Amino acid sequence: MSEPHRPLAENQDEQLYYSIDHTGPGFYLTAAVLLAVLVFGIYQYYLQFRYGLGVTGMNQPVTWGFYIINFVFFIGISHAGTLISAILRLNQAEWRRPITRMAEVITAIVLAIGGLHPLIDLGRPDRMLNIFKWGRLQSPLLWDVMSITAYFAASTVYLYVPLIPDIAKLRDRGTRPRWLYEFLSWDWQGTPRQHQVLNRAMNLLMILVIPVAVSVHTVISYIFAMTLEAGWHSTIFGPYFVAGAIFSGIACLMVVMIVFRKVYHLERYLKLVHFANLSKLLLVMAAVWFYLTFSEYLTGFFGQEPAELDVMMYKFTGPYAIPFWLMIFLNFVLPVALLSSKRTRTIPSILVVSIGIVIGMWLERLIIVVPSLSVPYVDFPSHPYWPSLTEISIFAAAISAFCLGFMLFAKFFPLISVWEIQEGRETAVKETSERIASYLPDDPENVSSGADPALEGV
Amino acid sequence: MAEGHSGPGLKHRRWGMVIDLDRCTGCGACVAACKVENNVPEVDPQEAKMGRVMHWIRVARKEEHHGDRTFVSIYPALCYHCENAPCTWVCPVHATYKGIDGLVGQTYARCIGCRYCMAACPYTVKVFNWLEPSWQETLREHTNPDVSLRPKGVVEKCTFCSHRLQKARDDAACENRDVREEEYQPACVEVCPAKAITFGDLEDEESQVAAEARSPRAYHLLEELGTEPAIQYMNPRERRV
Repeated sequence: MSEPHRPLAENQDEQLYYSIDHTGPGFYLTAAVLLAVLVFGIYQYYLQFRYGLGVTGMNQPVTWGFYIINFVFFIGISHAGTLISAILRLNQAEWRRPITRMAEVITAIVLAIGGLHPLIDLGRPDRMLNIFKWGRLQSPLLWDVMSITAYFAASTVYLYVPLIPDIAKLRDRGTRPRWLYEFLSWDWQGTPRQHQVLNRAMNLLMILVIPVAVSVHTVISYIFAMTLEAGWHSTIFGPYFVAGAIFSGIACLMVVMIVFRKVYHLERYLKLVHFANLSKLLLVMAAVWFYLTFSEYLTGFFGQEPAELDVMMYKFTGPYAIPFWLMIFLNFVLPVALLSSKRTRTIPSILVVSIGIVIGMWLERLIIVVPSLSVPYVDFPSHPYWPSLTEISIFAAAISAFCLGFMLFAKFFPLISVWEIQEGRETAVKETSERIASYLPDDPENVSSGADPALEGV
Repeated sequence: MAEGHSGPGLKHRRWGMVIDLDRCTGCGACVAACKVENNVPEVDPQEAKMGRVMHWIRVARKEEHHGDRTFVSIYPALCYHCENAPCTWVCPVHATYKGIDGLVGQTYARCIGCRYCMAACPYTVKVFNWLEPSWQETLREHTNPDVSLRPKGVVEKCTFCSHRLQKARDDAACENRDVREEEYQPACVEVCPAKAITFGDLEDEESQVAAEARSPRAYHLLEELGTEPAIQYMNPRERRV
């Protein structure tokens, strides 16, 4: 429990190193289970590689299934991180400090997993490099390759740069393996000059990463929107996908925060206020998501274009009615019902809502990808799409890989940025009050007080 | 692109079809002929039930409901070799492209199997080799040597029997003349017992196919999408409604 006297700042945050210092049987057990699921998924992929995509449930006309759905889903989750942390940092939201690191880790891991999915989906993975040899820049798939690579590069750097001071702390504590921390800390000593460079790099990165993140999911939506398929060929898809991505990203972030808060006893850092603030953001995104969904479907419905209507009815009342209405419930009804009131905005209900949104956003990807293919323009015998064991186990393996990646990260690096917490404790109150003072009207007696120092000489 | 492939002395043609639905009986001869001509693999019944039948041309079945009565009509469906082919726009590796005389070609050896072209095709005419392709004993022994066998994991579709066009072009080039229209016919056209399919150069005003394409009965499938298919259908004369 907390000590009666205020201890030195260094020891105060000992809890943040808990995950690195303590490895209990629970860790090994969880890791073993996850690893088993991952290995089984890899084995299933081996079968697919050997026998062909016939081991999946895909067919004509449903030529895209779980892999593409999960690709869009995972890349969407990846917006949790970098984008949210960049926006919060840019806004100087002081409550961001214990959140940003986890958000950035989610991005890096999920992006690597999501980015693999189009390759898993290839009929000829052995010819993958044809994309570079014969690549057509006119193809939206190439746009994807470019923007995902750029985003992966930007977000791993954006994860690493604010990690450097913490790595140096670990190095100074003598944490093993020492060579790792010595190598990664880049000789960080925490001098004012180094802090200045670090801050400048972070500022540059967060401004850079926002357009890249927006472009990634826009371009993913373009894969669909650039075709002539009913239900896909829509101008709203870019912003719709980006909003959905941020939405599912925040939800996933909250799930991760709640789980690791419990596992590593971070209750002192991740307080109700952080969850409350994030769930307000979630609530806003739920409204934005619903607005975009409504616009998309009303525009399609009002025109009564037969092809468009066929796809829509397939979702509203046809075979996809259950996933469709479940999606509306999970993505809009439930969050609005539970997060609008302070009374119901508790951690358990936030967990329920967040898990619901993650599922709901997965359903949204399902509902976008499959029905448009299932209901072709022409008279073509349509076969219902059901994923095979291979697709399901590769999905499970992808989720396991995410959990495993996150757990491994927590074994080597603090999940909450230690130096940013300490910096916040030392300087945030002063900086924030100065900032607030600068918003206030000037004192009539002394015009220069609180005013922009650059204007003082005028 | 088409110009580069044409070579000196070979006139550019716009090969196309008019399919008279008044004549088509749905006998399926075109389906069988195409299968043999192009070495289209067989799919076992289990796979077929999952929706993985492989046909380059199929007899599509259309149901129209008027009150309590249902009218069923049929039409052969194959690659329409669109002038503005959506499949060629999206291919990431130039494996499906507008080739000689505007035919939509497939380079099987380059295809990475992303199936984007299948998703983008509004006519759903492309098929995929979901598994290692197989043929029955006799067919295996008598595959057409002019058409390459496709491996698993690539997309394929009707090529308008482009190997026949290639042969006709080679002959014409040897004799330093243009390809004559009667020299080139896809297998489905050749075999149709009802003579429902007219094939030829749509840009040649004199040709029979161009004349039929001008008929008021002729129409394009999904004309509103602006893909400009090279195949037109002719409505049956009597509408039963």
